Amino acid sequence: MAISLEEVYKIAHLCRLDFNEEEAKVIAEELSRILDYFKKLQTLDTEEINPTFHTLKVKTPFREDEVKEFPYIKDILKNAPKLYERMIVVPKIVKAP
Amino acid sequence: MTTFDFKDLTILSALKLLKEKKISSRELVEESLKQIKKIDPLVKAFLYVEEERALEAASKADELIQKGEEKKLLGIPISIKDNICIKGLATTCASKILQNFISPYDATVIEKLKAEGAVFIGKTNLDEFAMGSSTENSAFFPTHNPWDLERVPGGSSGGSAAAVASRMGLGSLGSDTGGSIRQPAAFCGVVGMKPTYGLVSRFGLVAFASSLDQIGPFGLTVEDTAYLLQIIAGYDPKDSTSAPVDIPDFLKFIKENEKTSYKIGLPKEYFEGEIDAEMTKIILEIIEKLKSRHHIKEISLPHTEYAVATYYIIAPSEAFSNLARYDGVKYGFRVDTKNLIEMYKKSRALGFGKEVKRRIMLGAYSLSAGYYDAYYLKASKVRTLILQDFLEAFKEVDLILAPVTPTPPFKIGEKIFDPLQMYLSDIFTIPVNLAGLPGISVPIGLTSNNLPVAIQVIGPHFKDEHVLSLAYQIEKEVNMKFIPPILKN
Repeated sequence: MAISLEEVYKIAHLCRLDFNEEEAKVIAEELSRILDYFKKLQTLDTEEINPTFHTLKVKTPFREDEVKEFPYIKDILKNAPKLYERMIVVPKIVKAP
Repeated sequence: MTTFDFKDLTILSALKLLKEKKISSRELVEESLKQIKKIDPLVKAFLYVEEERALEAASKADELIQKGEEKKLLGIPISIKDNICIKGLATTCASKILQNFISPYDATVIEKLKAEGAVFIGKTNLDEFAMGSSTENSAFFPTHNPWDLERVPGGSSGGSAAAVASRMGLGSLGSDTGGSIRQPAAFCGVVGMKPTYGLVSRFGLVAFASSLDQIGPFGLTVEDTAYLLQIIAGYDPKDSTSAPVDIPDFLKFIKENEKTSYKIGLPKEYFEGEIDAEMTKIILEIIEKLKSRHHIKEISLPHTEYAVATYYIIAPSEAFSNLARYDGVKYGFRVDTKNLIEMYKKSRALGFGKEVKRRIMLGAYSLSAGYYDAYYLKASKVRTLILQDFLEAFKEVDLILAPVTPTPPFKIGEKIFDPLQMYLSDIFTIPVNLAGLPGISVPIGLTSNNLPVAIQVIGPHFKDEHVLSLAYQIEKEVNMKFIPPILKN
């Protein structure tokens, strides 16, 4: 199964990744080979089989809905590229309505 | 100062010496650091060494020991894979995108180790975001196998396995998504365990594939591994996938069951095909010896051959989602451009390495409209079949024995340019993650090239103590010390 350069660019956009033409050619070839290998799954009949997304039958335990102070706010802010008081300054990521 | 060989020390024997005041934590930690200075320029297991902090922690531990304080790891030097957060230290995941990230809090497993007095000597190398089987995908440098520097230590927890094998610290924690603890343990001649999914909290472990990731210990012996697992296991309200189950006393269990006979299955699919002949011979020899105590029979796990394809759809799909958070906005590497989408794309394109990008792309493809049913959903259904194979098998047998890898450690550069070949090297470890089972790798011998060979014990969900018990019996039967030649000169 061959995956086209166009498809590579389309998926790269969905992934917010960027490939130049040379890189795109390499990854198209690699993905094609890997997807080709995945074909072996199609030989199995799974019509009646339920999917598994989680292997344990354990139920998610509930806890009391109590407020607990998060003590590491300063430490988290240390990783921010730029701060204004206690706020992280980020590039504009929403359009004005 | 008494005379003992540092190479022979384990966590448990060091604790005894500490208690008897025959050695100090300071001496233990200094010895680890000396070993790092001597050997790590060649092995390159560590991304960061925390010399000052470690020595300070060791001195504090010595004070507490003097006061008669008893903690389970008081003064013991330990290394940690660099995708597990230690407050105040870098957590890079061996990725440029997190190069300057400083952990704001401790992972739950780190909190537990700290509470028991462990001394952290440094963070170990890995394949970027734990994606790989050789540690060659680290954005910084590859790690070398201490048994043969031209060979890989395995991956992704290659740094942790190489560190323990080289006696740079007495134990380590890694993470295992498709074999990332067991395969490097096998390649480096140490013990490495992937516990049952849910047994150990993953809070503070950087997520790769959340339905598969599990933290686990590395040790020089099965006892040390059981001892470390005891400390890190248990339900954690901060990880909703951690299971509220009772944790048995692992060390007590394996001692009490030193001679217990188990029903053991050998899955025929794990002994067919392209498996190294010399390695198989060593594995079969030990199985032959085990027959005197255990009932061993052939079993079948018929969907084994589909595991690699299943895994390399599911894990990248989950990674695609988990790694979406690295967008250059609030933290991490950013390339500033005028256009926002360009900023995302350039930051991620330069911040992530080749294998990570390949997997993000594979995941996006498998989940995208028109392909979801044929790839992601199909793989999730085949995962059910793989899980059912194991559940069926465990109706007949208590435990399963299998190889860990199809070959002994391969050469650096041998598979890195052929991703599919690299993926196929995980064939015997991946099914265990897909099914959420516990598995351990125990060294059992050396090839004629002096490379470690290991065997894998696999057990039913939450029968981790049984897995450890058989591993302990095997270790006794093998009765060998695994000391890489690099330590002898």
